[in-house]
Amino acid sequence: MIIHLFRRVHHKSGVMPLSNEIMAELRKDYIYNLMIKGEREDGRAFDQYRELTIDTNVIEKAEGSARVKLGDTHVVVGVKIQPGTPFPDTPDQGVIITNLELIPLASPVFESGPPREDAIELARVVDRGIRESQSIDLSRLCVTAGEKVWMVFIDVHVLDDGGNIMDAASLGAIAALMTAKLPAKRFDLGEDTPVPMRDVPVAVTAVEIGGSIMLDPSLNEQSIAGTKLTVISNQDGALSGMQKSGVHPLTTEQINYIVDIAIEKAKEIREKFLEI
Amino acid sequence: MSKPEKLIENGIRLDGRKPDELRPIKIKVGVLNRADGSCYFEFGGNKVIAAVYGPREVHPRHQQKSTSAVVRYRYNMASFSVEERKRPGPDRRSIEVSKVSREALEPVIFQEYFPRSAIDIFVEVLQADAGTRTAGINAASIALADAGIPMKSLVSACAVGKVDDTLVLDLNKDEDNYGQADMPIAMTPDGKITLLQMDGHLTRDEFKEGLEMAKIGCLAIHEMQKTALIEKYSSQFDEPNDNPPFSTGSSQIGGDAVE
Repeated sequence: MIIHLFRRVHHKSGVMPLSNEIMAELRKDYIYNLMIKGEREDGRAFDQYRELTIDTNVIEKAEGSARVKLGDTHVVVGVKIQPGTPFPDTPDQGVIITNLELIPLASPVFESGPPREDAIELARVVDRGIRESQSIDLSRLCVTAGEKVWMVFIDVHVLDDGGNIMDAASLGAIAALMTAKLPAKRFDLGEDTPVPMRDVPVAVTAVEIGGSIMLDPSLNEQSIAGTKLTVISNQDGALSGMQKSGVHPLTTEQINYIVDIAIEKAKEIREKFLEI
Repeated sequence: MSKPEKLIENGIRLDGRKPDELRPIKIKVGVLNRADGSCYFEFGGNKVIAAVYGPREVHPRHQQKSTSAVVRYRYNMASFSVEERKRPGPDRRSIEVSKVSREALEPVIFQEYFPRSAIDIFVEVLQADAGTRTAGINAASIALADAGIPMKSLVSACAVGKVDDTLVLDLNKDEDNYGQADMPIAMTPDGKITLLQMDGHLTRDEFKEGLEMAKIGCLAIHEMQKTALIEKYSSQFDEPNDNPPFSTGSSQIGGDAVE
């Protein structure tokens, strides 16, 4: 009887829409059960990154740009550079401004409007990696101290959210910067020169699910993860930034484990994709 | 102030502290009348005040959850709290700080006890002197307990940083401005980490050592938080003897998880 009723409803409406909450519970069960068997939904090992491609100079109008595909996640980063006024407390240093928007084109759950806390956090962590590693030599972005410096705008456009936007955005930002040029000619300030880069910070994110650690979470894994830890490391293997995001606590052992694999993975990615 | 030549001389920091020493802390519990729970927290030059309202109805309604309470956290800096006047209202930094601070406290709150309700935490920074988010979390954790919100434990927070190639606990303003790294951490007394952020430059070994340093700092703060709560509530019971004040009623607060 119940089956009969169910079929009728099913038949009438074509597909029974399941609410997001029910879907989330089902997904959670599925991924959790796989995890207990030591597996992931896409067959990866727990410490395995998804397939990564980085193309640079994909937007000619931008001073630097990169398209990153990390599994199903797809982001484009454009760097625009123009002269501007320095901040009063750093009159002889260039300015970096990082922006990231989760536009509704990229996911059914993103909404238009001003950036919310998730997007702000993502942008600020991307920014922190670039800034705190001192990867851009800001003193060489000074044109006239106190009057004119180069302002570097890093804009991250998320086109498809397949999970782990954090790593894709960070990789895109550093890849775009490494190909970017200061447009001096356009502003009558001499010849165009590359953006003075000193380091290549790479962000690597892992999630904790039911006590296990998984590198580079897919969308489903991310949606059920208790917490997420992003570790940004430099060429010398040191850390330049970290961010824990999510409500589940982590133990010292879990954190140290993530730091270790993140540094290794960052080195691999840097050697393969981001050689200066 | 321009960058001092040395931030540490003969193992002593500019403000006279040893590398593993916290700044003075002053705690007052229950300082506001209207709030359900509140706390004033001084941490070196930081002066922050935290208020907790709730569990109460959720407005706007669509934010409510059918199986648990929603926890909301608003970190706000007063415009006069810093050297250069800060434009009032939320900015990108304060939105991020609010998010990570909320996530630092959520794991200890029994949210499932209060479906369809809100627990609101407001933290106002009256004076800022490096480490406002950790001061805010320390204050908020006490204010939650003061409001009688059932909790698994308190949360304690402090920062570890690197200045002149030395790891130091609880950075002051100059050390924050001119130091090499800053890593705010929050944890429960049994060592579960609920907030971790870091910027600057730390080697893998420095990071691991720093984490241990922060643990010791957080445990010291935890003791002070507990003492402050016990002081407030023991005076209310008006007990002349030394019996533990939380043998009745308020055990959620004083019965503090792990010892």
